[in-house]
Amino acid sequence: MMNINHIILTLIVFTPLAGALLLALLPDRGKTMQWAALAVTLITFGLTLHLPFHYSYAGQPGGFQFEQNIPWIATPVIHYHLGVDGLSMWLMVLTGLLAPLGVLISWRAIDQRKKLFYVLFLLQQVAMMGIFVSLDMFLYYAFWEMSLVPMTILIATFGRSERRRRAAIKYFLYAFIPSGLLLVAMLWLYAQTGTFDLPKLAALAAGHAISPNAAALWIASLGFLIAFSVKVPIFPLHGWLADAIAEAPTAAVMVLAGKTALYSMLRFSFAIFPGPSHRIAPLMILLAAIGIVYGGLLALVQNDLKKLAAYSTLGQLSFIVLGVFTFTIAGLDGGIYQILNESLAGAALFMLLGLLYERYGTYDMRQYGGLAQKLPWVATMFVLVTLSIIGLPMLNSFVGEFLILSGSMQSSFAHHHLWTAMAATGVVLSAAYMLRMVQRVFYCDVGPKPQAVAGWDLDAREHLALWPMVALFLAMGLASPLWMRAIDGTAVDLADHPASIHATLPNHILKIEAETYQPASSSAPQTTSGGAHR
Amino acid sequence: MNLPASFIAPLPETVLIVTGVLVMLIEAVLKPATSRKPLGWLAIAGTTIAGLISAYQLRLGTLTAFSGSIQVDAFSIFFHLLIGAVVVATLLGSLDYFDGHASHAGEYFALVLFGASGMMLMTCSVDLLMVFIGLEISSISTYILAGFRKGEGTAVEASIKYFLLGSFATAFFLYGIALAYGATGSTGIAAIAAGLGASATPRMAFLALAMMLVGLGFKVSAAPFHLWTPDVYQGAPAPVVGLMSTAPKAAAFAVLLRITFCGFPLMQQRWSMLLWGLAALSMTIGNLGALKQTDVKRMLAYSSIAHAGYLLAAFTAFPQAGISAACFYTAAYAAMNVGAFAVVTQVGGYKETLRSFEDYQGLAMRRPVLAALLAFFLLSLIGIPFTGGFFGKFYVFAAVLQAGHVWLAVIGLINSGVACFYYLRLLSSIYTRPGETASATTPAPAPAISVPAGIGLTLTAAATLLLGILPGHVLHLANSASSSLRATYAIAAPSASPGNSPPSLPSSDNSR
Repeated sequence: MMNINHIILTLIVFTPLAGALLLALLPDRGKTMQWAALAVTLITFGLTLHLPFHYSYAGQPGGFQFEQNIPWIATPVIHYHLGVDGLSMWLMVLTGLLAPLGVLISWRAIDQRKKLFYVLFLLQQVAMMGIFVSLDMFLYYAFWEMSLVPMTILIATFGRSERRRRAAIKYFLYAFIPSGLLLVAMLWLYAQTGTFDLPKLAALAAGHAISPNAAALWIASLGFLIAFSVKVPIFPLHGWLADAIAEAPTAAVMVLAGKTALYSMLRFSFAIFPGPSHRIAPLMILLAAIGIVYGGLLALVQNDLKKLAAYSTLGQLSFIVLGVFTFTIAGLDGGIYQILNESLAGAALFMLLGLLYERYGTYDMRQYGGLAQKLPWVATMFVLVTLSIIGLPMLNSFVGEFLILSGSMQSSFAHHHLWTAMAATGVVLSAAYMLRMVQRVFYCDVGPKPQAVAGWDLDAREHLALWPMVALFLAMGLASPLWMRAIDGTAVDLADHPASIHATLPNHILKIEAETYQPASSSAPQTTSGGAHR
Repeated sequence: MNLPASFIAPLPETVLIVTGVLVMLIEAVLKPATSRKPLGWLAIAGTTIAGLISAYQLRLGTLTAFSGSIQVDAFSIFFHLLIGAVVVATLLGSLDYFDGHASHAGEYFALVLFGASGMMLMTCSVDLLMVFIGLEISSISTYILAGFRKGEGTAVEASIKYFLLGSFATAFFLYGIALAYGATGSTGIAAIAAGLGASATPRMAFLALAMMLVGLGFKVSAAPFHLWTPDVYQGAPAPVVGLMSTAPKAAAFAVLLRITFCGFPLMQQRWSMLLWGLAALSMTIGNLGALKQTDVKRMLAYSSIAHAGYLLAAFTAFPQAGISAACFYTAAYAAMNVGAFAVVTQVGGYKETLRSFEDYQGLAMRRPVLAALLAFFLLSLIGIPFTGGFFGKFYVFAAVLQAGHVWLAVIGLINSGVACFYYLRLLSSIYTRPGETASATTPAPAPAISVPAGIGLTLTAAATLLLGILPGHVLHLANSASSSLRATYAIAAPSASPGNSPPSLPSSDNSR
């Protein structure tokens, strides 16, 4: 068992790679590609499940587990250093889960050039897994850049309209040019410290020992932050998002935005540049608050379902940014938890939109209407996903959004009441645009498309792809401590907290639990007193 | 073995020339209609043997020959191996290229071998006149090779343009040698370094360096000496372009490294500013020029100008890091560019019917393997991780940053961003479905890739990948190359101190 723990991360990263090679060699006949891809992704998912079951929850906060550290290149000193903590562990499981669902949902939608599609899909998974496990900046950067390539080709090849090439190039340029800044900042860090190793860098940063040059440190931190902000995306840098989402095939959209960049921000920006991250936090919170409202308002006026979902995604992601930049435990906990929720709910929404497109061949909302009578199961699922995105209590997003808002209220930044209020309007806006969409698509008079095209309700395969999502919505809404246990360690580590919170660390999980189930309980003020220093 | 060093040191070049002569002799007795492929295999065998000899020389330490005008050290061996590998890959890719079209294919193989011997001679010469001889051997071969597709208008243009401008540039180089001799009293690189400190005319010495820089800048197609590049690359046969965009450039860069770091170390401040400007200019002009190209070969021509710029940036770094970064970049660039042109060769064929971005649209559907390979080479040219191009850029810019040239690094990285735009344009063409109009004129099903070309492609792709995931070995070689060059520099530098008189030459340069 020890041996498996040592190589489990390598196995997780390279199983999809081996799968991609296998698929490249198999003949593209019948449903071979789908079955092979499904098998590979299921095996990968099974391997990721190993992590939560063997994760030591009693470990030091901020410590990494399942570590593997082998020298890779002598000059510059680059190690093949893998490891996960509470933050990345659940993201890996999530990525593992979304992959087979993505295969299931593409089963019929991708009927040409399946080999190319599934090979790229698996390569994309390799890159994402690599991002989540790399503890060496250089290795991380390699996976980060690599993640652009399959996605770009997926959009360029399998995009839905003639604008796919433009969308693909836009996506690539938006992501690639800021990563140049990231590379320069990384090289500067290496020149200062002589290491790419994240734990070492974080330790140096904690001791203010990276560089005496505050200005340079500040610029380097901006290099990191801009590269990640574009990829999230955060408000003024979101130009690529709507086009890429509109063009990309469903399985690719499910993993397109959000989690890798938000993870990178938490993992690298916050750990290596704690000081600059705090200094820029008010600006980020402002941008996030604007993003929430802006995304919500734009989503409200879209007629294209995918565009609507794209702006909804922008709003949801801004919510997470708001949470993590409060640097309160509640905000960070909620933000991290919301990364999981948003990925799940967003993926489910895109899956359902993909199902509609598969049946009726359009994303134009005005073409739909009255689908609820014809496709009752699709309608049910759609409403469930909508409720999750809106943040209905008992469902998953509620926990995250509540924690984020309470964290934002506790934060010590100027005008934080205003930003919290602005963010809270995002909840209202999300209800408005999501319910408007549900009403237009499922409950109005029967629209032209459903009249012209027969359509069919969910088949067994689609049921299989959607039910795990719905089950998770409920489970993550009701039993959030199961996830919070691991996440909390990271959040406590990142939050700025006085010593008193350290002392009550073991009780903290209970407190979060209490907050989750009794939003109005008296435990909130205690945390307030903790976060309100500094 | 007690063979004289004058025999051992130039042995790889000798083997190449003997093989070339053999190829020409056999060609003369072959009937016009028979296949020239066996000659190609002979050439490949000869180059492989030359490469093996070079690799063996690595164990012999530093060898000097011909009165100290040739010096075989880790540095020259690095480039010998590189040039040998490029030639083998090119020959493999072009075995079938000329078959049936050109009855004079045997000359092609011979010329490639002669050119390669010239390039190898350039890299191991430590006397400027010897460098010049190597330069001329390699140049004259490539002039002819550029016009090898007789009867094609663009080929003639390419050849003449290359010849005229090339002769002009070599004249500059020769003039630079003369000035260097005037300023320091010697044409030996080490002697120049020694004489530089006491030179009565340091300005003339710097002018000499600048002149040589012009000559070599032309060879490596650095801006503003790049004007020939797009036309020549467009007109020359694709495999020849693959060769001449890498091997002669590698040789010229080797010479440039030797001249700057060994010959003129005392003027590093000044020439590094000059190269700073050349690097920035080449990157920018190359990338901006490539943006609006619609012909794949022209696009790759401008991209090669840009890559020359990245490579020149390495010259502004500290010697040890800069030289090894430049060596590594040369190797990575050679692997990916020869690969890219090998794909272009396969796609276009002898007549080059498919050449524009439109022609490449939907290539992934017609020839998936070739398309995937081209995509991989393009990604490497962009500098995506896990490819050689990434580490090449990484080492260069790390070295540049280390030396404190932040702005050059920023210019370089912005340029990488611009560059990825045109590579991506080709990449997305390959992978998008052709529109309805284009599918009406779908060309006839393409022939399968022949076995030797397949081997060549596999080799270049494997090299690009290996340089990207396990750069250790090549990096080690590049580092020892750098160290061996620095060792010469270290000998030259102390003796160049003001106390010493010019005649006291380093021991390696005896009996002048």
